Amino acid sequence: MASNDHIIEVENLKMYFPVTAGVMQRRVADVKAVDGVSFYIKKGQTLGLVGESGCGKTTCGRAILQLYKPTSGNVQFEGRELTKLSNKELRNTRRNMQLIFQDPYASLDPRMTAGDIVGEPLIVHNMVKKGNEYKDQVNEVLRMVDLEPRMAERYPHEFSGGQRQRIGIARALAVRPSFIVCDEPVSALDVSIQTQVIMLLMRLRDELNLTYLFIAHDLSVVRYISDQVAVMYLGKIMEITSSDELYDHPLHPYTQALLSAVPIPDPVVDRQRKRILLSGDVPSPVNPPLGCNFNPRCQMAIDICREQEPELRDIGGEHFVSCHRI
Amino acid sequence: MAATTNNENVLEVKDLHTHFYVEDGEVRAVDGLTYSIRRGESLALVGESACGKSVSALSIMRLIPYPPGIIVSGEILFQGQDLLKVSESEMRHIRGNRIGMIFQEPMTSLNPVLTIERQLSESLELHRKLNKKDAKEESIKLLRLVGLPDAEKRVSDYPYQFSGGMQQRIMIAMALICNPDLLIADEPTTSVDVTVQAQLLELLDNLRSQFGTAILIITHNLGVVARYADRVNVMYAGRLVESAPTDVLYSKPQHPYTMGLLASVPRLDLPRNRKLSVIDGLPPNLARLPKGCNFCTRCTYSIDRCLEEKPPLEKVGEEHYSACFRSGELGK
Repeated sequence: MASNDHIIEVENLKMYFPVTAGVMQRRVADVKAVDGVSFYIKKGQTLGLVGESGCGKTTCGRAILQLYKPTSGNVQFEGRELTKLSNKELRNTRRNMQLIFQDPYASLDPRMTAGDIVGEPLIVHNMVKKGNEYKDQVNEVLRMVDLEPRMAERYPHEFSGGQRQRIGIARALAVRPSFIVCDEPVSALDVSIQTQVIMLLMRLRDELNLTYLFIAHDLSVVRYISDQVAVMYLGKIMEITSSDELYDHPLHPYTQALLSAVPIPDPVVDRQRKRILLSGDVPSPVNPPLGCNFNPRCQMAIDICREQEPELRDIGGEHFVSCHRI
Repeated sequence: MAATTNNENVLEVKDLHTHFYVEDGEVRAVDGLTYSIRRGESLALVGESACGKSVSALSIMRLIPYPPGIIVSGEILFQGQDLLKVSESEMRHIRGNRIGMIFQEPMTSLNPVLTIERQLSESLELHRKLNKKDAKEESIKLLRLVGLPDAEKRVSDYPYQFSGGMQQRIMIAMALICNPDLLIADEPTTSVDVTVQAQLLELLDNLRSQFGTAILIITHNLGVVARYADRVNVMYAGRLVESAPTDVLYSKPQHPYTMGLLASVPRLDLPRNRKLSVIDGLPPNLARLPKGCNFCTRCTYSIDRCLEEKPPLEKVGEEHYSACFRSGELGK
């Protein structure tokens, strides 16, 4: 898959968390949060990573940024293998890859001013010394996210949820990264504010030629912002293709069920859609089912699905599906 | 809105004002709310956070914490009886018995140290005067009704042993114990995933047709409303801005806020590059509401009159009401 226009390439990434028991904290099992995930993102594009809670999408984003040390697998970022970098090298590389968090209430230090929150990464990465130049840079970043420079003196509690998320975005942008993992950046916001932030993220992507990994559970939002979409279920990717293709021709039974579960805000249109109601809950990632992870809830499952794990394969036109029945 | 007493209506809320007295001053969380719900109907109350939708539901149950909150004025007629005039002991008989309520966070609404059986039995013994053994049997029956697998065994489990979706099913079972005439569901699916959301809403819909329970569903999700509500009330800054049958609201919205909201959400069925319109600005501070229309600061259609007086909710079509001076000209 190696190619120059791929800014990030993930290969067979696994992130297991140990389950320990007893006084000796013996390792008795693993939570297989991310269990063999591969994909790439082209420069300037957005890959949407969707899935339900607990499917491992957030862990996947963090493991890519090496905020967790992956159990195994490779992550190539701008041609460098991140899993093999020393801490110091990693720290330098981190300047180019940033993270935007979900909860704008929890992710900002309440005792720092907005200006310091945004400027801190500049100091950490020795990009500028405190002084006029620092102030100018902070003001410029604030303006980029439509906040006024005079707001730099304020504290997080003085801002609304949407404005706080803008501060979070500004902090990520301050060091001029090329790649940003957006982890549910709008799910804590109100509908009218969500749209404001989505439009801002898209504008910044185009202006600054940014690449996003956009993690979210809201399929309508993901479709709107992403070029490619990957659907995750229980630590694995079930389907990955272009945004249009995925929503027009979903192939995996899980993708189909997921899409049909999203109500369309138009009663006339919604009544005409086919609905697939999934039964049961997502199995535990400690004890994933034998065969395909989705088989206990899949209406299409046959014997092979219960025995053998399907591989993610290309069925043509860069449309990858992991299902025996396709 | 039709405010005459009508036997068809399970609930009529008339000019409800619920205010909170805090440091900032008087917060008018609910500022003159009037609406009704018919028997067996599902009515949606839509709005963004802090628009007063949950407070209006808690007002119906008389669960507003005092201080700082107080129901200043208004009437809440539940089957003709004004809930604001009944004694607390009568209210306790109505709450959980004739009006059921489901909350947003099932995990924080269930008692973590009691088994499901104990929590379900409590109201069965209290309201329906069942003995322990019958209460347990009835609990199992209810859990089966809401689709909990393995109900006989799992009835003795604790809340943490269930997933979020299952916990919400247990909350629904609890709310249904006494076969209430009205079920208030406050953001029942906000904390669960879409596939579970579909399961839960399908369940509520089935129960409604099976038992004729009227449902007041409070949500911010316009898709959920489109799929499951008969009528919709749109709330903004403590007031109703529009009220209409669901199909009408989505096809012919009359209030600029409703129009803006509908145009601002990405939709799976429309082309991906569709331009979304953004409602600029923020909702007003409820302690410092503007003199005129509450939406005027964000409205692209506002005229001088909008800054001066608050538009009343007026009829604009069959069962369709809008609180905007320009409804007639804007809504085609």
